[in-house]
Amino acid sequence: MTTQTIAATEPWTTACRRARLHVITGKGGTGKTTVGAAMALALAANGRRVLLVEVEERQGIARLFDVPPLPYQEKKVAIATGGGEVRALAVDVEAALLEYFEMFYNLGIAGRSLKKMGAVEFATTLAPGLRDVLLTGKVKETVTRKGSDNRPVYDDVVLDAPPTGRVVTFLGVTEAMSGLAKRGPIHTQAEGVVRLLHSPDTIVHLVTLLEDMPVTETLEAIEQLRDKGLPVGTIIINAATQVQLPEPTLIAAAERRLDAAELTAGLQAAGLDATPELLDGLREQAAEHAIRVLDEQLCREQLAAAGLPMLELPRLVEGGDLGGVYELADRLTEQGVT
Amino acid sequence: MPDRAAATPRPALDLGPILRDSRTSIVVTCGSGGVGKTTTAAAMALWAADAGRNVAVLTIDPAKRLAQSLGLRELDNDPRQVDVPLASPDGQLWAMMLDTRRTFDEMVSQHSTPERARAILTNPFYQVISSSFSGTQEYMAMEKLANLAATGQFDLIVVDTPPSRSALDFLDAPQRLSSFMDGRMIKLLATPSRGVMKIVGAGFALFSRAVTAVLGGQLLSDAAQFVQLFEDMFGGFRERAQATYELLRAPGTKFVVVSICEGDALREASYFTDRLRAEHMPLAGLVLNRTHPPLAALAAGTAQVAATKLEPTEPLTAAVLGIHAQRLAVRSAELHMRARFDRVHTDLPVVEVPALPSDAHDVPALREIAARLTGT
Repeated sequence: MTTQTIAATEPWTTACRRARLHVITGKGGTGKTTVGAAMALALAANGRRVLLVEVEERQGIARLFDVPPLPYQEKKVAIATGGGEVRALAVDVEAALLEYFEMFYNLGIAGRSLKKMGAVEFATTLAPGLRDVLLTGKVKETVTRKGSDNRPVYDDVVLDAPPTGRVVTFLGVTEAMSGLAKRGPIHTQAEGVVRLLHSPDTIVHLVTLLEDMPVTETLEAIEQLRDKGLPVGTIIINAATQVQLPEPTLIAAAERRLDAAELTAGLQAAGLDATPELLDGLREQAAEHAIRVLDEQLCREQLAAAGLPMLELPRLVEGGDLGGVYELADRLTEQGVT
Repeated sequence: MPDRAAATPRPALDLGPILRDSRTSIVVTCGSGGVGKTTTAAAMALWAADAGRNVAVLTIDPAKRLAQSLGLRELDNDPRQVDVPLASPDGQLWAMMLDTRRTFDEMVSQHSTPERARAILTNPFYQVISSSFSGTQEYMAMEKLANLAATGQFDLIVVDTPPSRSALDFLDAPQRLSSFMDGRMIKLLATPSRGVMKIVGAGFALFSRAVTAVLGGQLLSDAAQFVQLFEDMFGGFRERAQATYELLRAPGTKFVVVSICEGDALREASYFTDRLRAEHMPLAGLVLNRTHPPLAALAAGTAQVAATKLEPTEPLTAAVLGIHAQRLAVRSAELHMRARFDRVHTDLPVVEVPALPSDAHDVPALREIAARLTGT
């Protein structure tokens, strides 16, 4: 088995190390929640404290870490290698808006009855930008919060952001605000969010699969993010196929031209009965594998055009569970994520 | 290779007869994002056209290359005939990519006078609702389906639903949209008369002030104007939504849930299945996409031992056996996932579609998928 070649340059750049807010986006189905969780675990290694935030009310983190649905509170969900800690927060727009009104307008008990009337859904529907302003506002609060020792409470915050199709709007707080009131506390808060997002404290990572559509969307999103002056960190390739065939045989394998005599001899050397059916089946499977690998190489080349460092994670046979998250976190650590 | 799934006695989903049946007039595919819904819809439409039917496929957000192979270049609101030779001379294949905004505009125009329609279409608040209200895309997909069905131009319409974050939004969206615009809040904010204020109390005055401070007065007055303009259209909208809902429940409609053999996707598929059944929607079954049944009959352990033994001397054979062992491991995980699903939905017909090595983005690949879907 040959191992995947990893880019010679260090993928986890100084800018990545410097950043404290890691925004993870990707097309739906690319595994951005899983990768975000793995990133949080990798960053939490060696006694650090990391907050993993979700904003789409899907309870994806709770499902991944196998804990009950998260309330609107920061809860410890995992311990990292070397004693670090990952806490998780599922931001709830309704709660965030009421919390906010509470803070500035002292609504008291009226707040609750308004909630019952659907007031919050109403306000956020009327101005979808408001939703994003509230969500990013809460994220900013967690990044900038300080403890009694005047140090940040969290070493890093990992944000499981909306998918690539929506992330630019989500982070484009300035535009969202232009439709809203020109003054007042939300406006001030939004200005703070804009400052944070455009500072070296923030970096955006894009999760992709080595397939057509996710690659196209990733490249489009990178361009849009750059246009808006948002700092892009790495492309994280997820679920890459582990190459099994020797490199020089890939094309022959894909074209179903693997040497039958060589395979027959090999099978016989292992004491196996090299029937034509077995031989055909094995060659067909090798062809599918090789075609997949070659397609993925093309996708990698396309992604390379973005000129960004790339991290790569393998396809796990039984992914999507907590063991898988830890395994992916180890792979990120191996590639320098710290 | 005997596959455990094949041994389980359960109804197989036989799509061929369903797609060929002249009584089947609508097929709706649903499932979470990235499971191959659009490809499945396109493959079924192509297969039915090859079988001699006049078919339209309504797609939401197809991959660029797939769209190109269907001759789709931009969002459009009318199906265009796909220029592809079909197996039957009677067959026709039409395709379109849904333009949500235009569908909404047309719906408004249909239900109102020209002057009023113009006032609505230029209202800034309408622009928010028609582009970003969650569920608008789902709603418009169904609206377009109802339109196309009403023309009677097609024997069969295959609809691809948007990858809803919350499953089956397309069933709920009409309801949500009209209850939103019909709701108390919008009336209160739009026309806060004194009588209402007494009922709701001082809390509302505070809230109203807060909302105005946050949203700005302009937005609220746009909303107020919008509600007034829209008011007498609600009846028509609701009637229409109800008619579409009935169309979906009619016996000529078949729902096909699409999934891949992974935890999250199957969880969604499970939810879709329950929900469709609860609503008494005609559910045909589940398409389980991109599976990896082994193509060679050799036990995993044997392959692994042989691969290890051959590695120093016969690297190619060792690699090929390694691929086989890996495939069996993937298959075993798939069967495990599937068994968990099957246990809950014992009588749901299922068809597995083994993965193609490449993404399907041309007509031959769609035909190959259709062949795997229908077992032909």
